[in-house]
Parts: sequence; structure tokens; C-alpha cells
Amino acid sequence: MLKAREISWTKDHKTILRNIDFHLFSGECVGLIGPNGSGKSSLLKILSFLETPTSGLLYFQGQSVPRNVPLPIRRRIAIVFQEPLLLNTHVFDNVAIGLKIRGLSKRLIRERVDYWLEQFGVSHLSKQLARSLSGGEAQRVSLARAFVLEPDILFLDEPFSALDAPTKEELRRDLGQVFKATQTTTVLVSHDFRDILHLTNRALILLNGQVMAEGSPSELLKGPQQEDVEHFLQHYSYK
Amino acid sequence: MYRKGKISMEMIWQGILAALRLLITGDPEVIEITLLTLKISGTGTLISLLIGIPFGTLLALKPFPGRRLVLSIVNTGMGLPPVVVGLWVSIFLWRSGPFGFLNIMYTPTAIIIAQAIIASPIIAALTCAALQQTDPKLRLQIRALGATRFQYTWLLLKEVRFSLFAAIIAGFGAIVSEIGASIAVGGNIHGQTRVLTTATVLEVSKGNFDIAIALSIILCLLAYGATLGLTLLQQKQQGGP
Repeated sequence: MLKAREISWTKDHKTILRNIDFHLFSGECVGLIGPNGSGKSSLLKILSFLETPTSGLLYFQGQSVPRNVPLPIRRRIAIVFQEPLLLNTHVFDNVAIGLKIRGLSKRLIRERVDYWLEQFGVSHLSKQLARSLSGGEAQRVSLARAFVLEPDILFLDEPFSALDAPTKEELRRDLGQVFKATQTTTVLVSHDFRDILHLTNRALILLNGQVMAEGSPSELLKGPQQEDVEHFLQHYSYK
Repeated sequence: MYRKGKISMEMIWQGILAALRLLITGDPEVIEITLLTLKISGTGTLISLLIGIPFGTLLALKPFPGRRLVLSIVNTGMGLPPVVVGLWVSIFLWRSGPFGFLNIMYTPTAIIIAQAIIASPIIAALTCAALQQTDPKLRLQIRALGATRFQYTWLLLKEVRFSLFAAIIAGFGAIVSEIGASIAVGGNIHGQTRVLTTATVLEVSKGNFDIAIALSIILCLLAYGATLGLTLLQQKQQGGP
């Protein structure tokens, strides 16, 4: 589905990513984990075509992606950020916005928006203003806005990190059910290994802009790792 | 109908009573002046919106060499003295000036041009400031939703619509109350270019303070009425109490 070869990224004379190879198969959910500043969110921006790498190549569905990414390719992905980033309008309009941008009919927009609001348990908020929502509700709306696009790849950039523990747990569980039902190809960035354990099939550990370990989340926890990876896992109490 | 009065509290009361009488009886001359004021300042505001919003958007969203310099000039333009605008528009529209062939000096069109020049920097600067205050992450999110450049700009403008309403209010307020440009390029011609501000000054110069007060009250009511309408629309959009 998506492949990256020897991706490097330098910004303001600072190397953020170094020679990263990455691949994503259809239907899998891959986790990117690492401490703050490890480059995981930067890698997500490059993989989702929001930033252009300094060097390296990207392939989407077997085709090389040009530096100026065409709109039809950009429209086949969806992203959810740490903050819900909703527009100052009603919940329905927020979820519908990506579909309106794509020029879908009103009938189709209503059907799909209603369906995804229901899936994330926020259909009763449809007519509310986005700014009146709680953090958890807003993030559910943000997820519905991404899923409604039925993207080929979904990118989630620490979607739970701004939520309190119970809300986070509940949303993680619901999102897991949606993943099971839809088999959406996903890249999940998190600094919480529990997110990775619950939601992903495979994970990459990033340290200082490099991929230091890769494998199934449980393998990564069990297996002997390089010293700095061990240090990271222990420091964050994952072991 | 104009009576010279003494400058006293009684004169102020007379002015207020005259204003009420003029409003209630629907004095044709006052109605004509008021409608012309609305027409000129409304058109001036509309033109300045068409210039100011795109220009402010460009300044906020499109990096180009010298952008900060241009922005500082536009910001300075917010305080552009109307009389200076009146002078320069007069020079350009004067019979022997570069645009003298248009023959629009001392016409409502000339006042509209001058007022649009006064309001455009205000609307451009406030549009630019509003857009620059949007969360960069929100901008990224709109791009991530697959918006074209036009859709991206349109969504951002919708996001700052309350600030744009404030810009419209500021722009209209600035030109409906100015006099320097209107008198310089309009000439205060009875029945043609006489607006509320120029009529007020004329009545003061004639010593008709009661009428001047009446006109000034109508001007304030007009400014307040238009601003109230825009404010209600703004608050309705915002879903405020």
C-alpha cells in the first residue's frame, strides 16, 4: 500500500529523520513509537504527504509519488491529530467537510456522516456546535471525520494523548472495534505502548530520527533489544 | 426651516427635538441626504471588501519577498487621514489630472472612490490579522482533508468570519463618519454630493447649531443602526447569547 525508501528530512539545519525505510501493507495497523522529539510525528507527516522529505522515495500503491503530490492521491488518505482541530461550526458540518470538499452529493454525505457519527457514538451531538464538545466527544467527531472519507490509509497522530485516562481507555476500545470491522490500513503514532499493544499488528521504535527496532508489539517488549531501545522501554515503564 | 440659535443647553435640547421632528416628519431633504450617505458609504464599504479581503488573505497566506514591508504599509493605511486621501484623489480626478477625462470630480462616484481607499487598508489589515491568528495545526488539518488551494482559503475565511464582520464594521464606521475626503472630492453640492457629515459642517458654519445637532444625531443613529445590524448578524453566526 505505502512504501518509503531511505527517507531523510532536514529542517532548519537540523536532521530530523535519517534513512528511514518503511512499508505498510493493506489492512494492517502499524505503530510508530518513540520519545518526544524522536521524529515519529515528522515521519507521519511525510508518509501522509503533508511534508516533503529532503531525500528518499515514496511509493503509493506501487507508484512512485512525485514531490508535488497530486490531489487525487492526497484525497485517498485521512489524518487525525492529537487535538481534534474542529472547525467553528456544527458537528455534522465538521464531519461532512471532507466529503463536501470532494464534491459528493448531499444525500450521500448525509448517509455517510450519519453512519459514522453513529459508529463513534456521537450522533446525538450532530446539531451541536463543535466548540461546545468535551475533549473526548471532540476527538470522536475528529475520528468520524476521518473515517467518513473511507480512506485507503488512515494516519493517527497521538489521538488519545490529550484525553483523560477513562476517556482514553473508552475511545481506544471503540476504535479497536472499528478497526476490526473496517480493516482500515492505519499508521498510529503514540508514545504510549498500551495504544500500540491494543491497536497495532506491528510497530517501529524511533529514536533520534532513526528506526531502531521493528516487530510485533509483544515481541518488542519481550525480545532483547539494543541498549538505547531497552533504555527507552524501561524509562517509559514498558518493561 | 433653519434657525440660528444660541450655544446653550437649550440649543442642545432644541437640536434633539429638531432631530426627532425631522425623523418623525420625514423631512425630504434630510431623507435624501441620509439615503445618499448610506448609498455612498455602503458602496464604498462593498468595494473595499472586494479589495481588502483578497489582499489581506494574500498577505496572510502567501509568502513573498517584501511581504512584511507591504504589511507595515497596509497597517499604516489603517490610520490614513481622510483629508490626505481627499487631496490625492482630487489631484488624480481634477480636470487636468491623470483621470480628469472621467469627469467624476464632485460626484458621488468620486466620494465612493475616496472612501473605498480609506476603508480598504482597514479591511485588508484586519483580514490579514484574523487569518494569521488561526491555529497552524488547523491549517494543516484543512490541507490534510484534501482541500484545493481555493477550498483551503475559503474554509479559513469562513473560520474567521466573525473577525471579518468586525472588519466590515470598522471599515463602514471609518467612512460613514469621515468628512475630509467627502468635502474635498465631493464638494458638498446640494442635492448631489451632500452627505450627513458635510451637511453637518455646513450647518455649523452657518450657525444653525440645532440643525447641525439633528444631523449629527441622525448620523450617529445611522452608524449605530448599521453597526447593530452587522453585530447581530455576527453574534447570530457565532451562536452567542
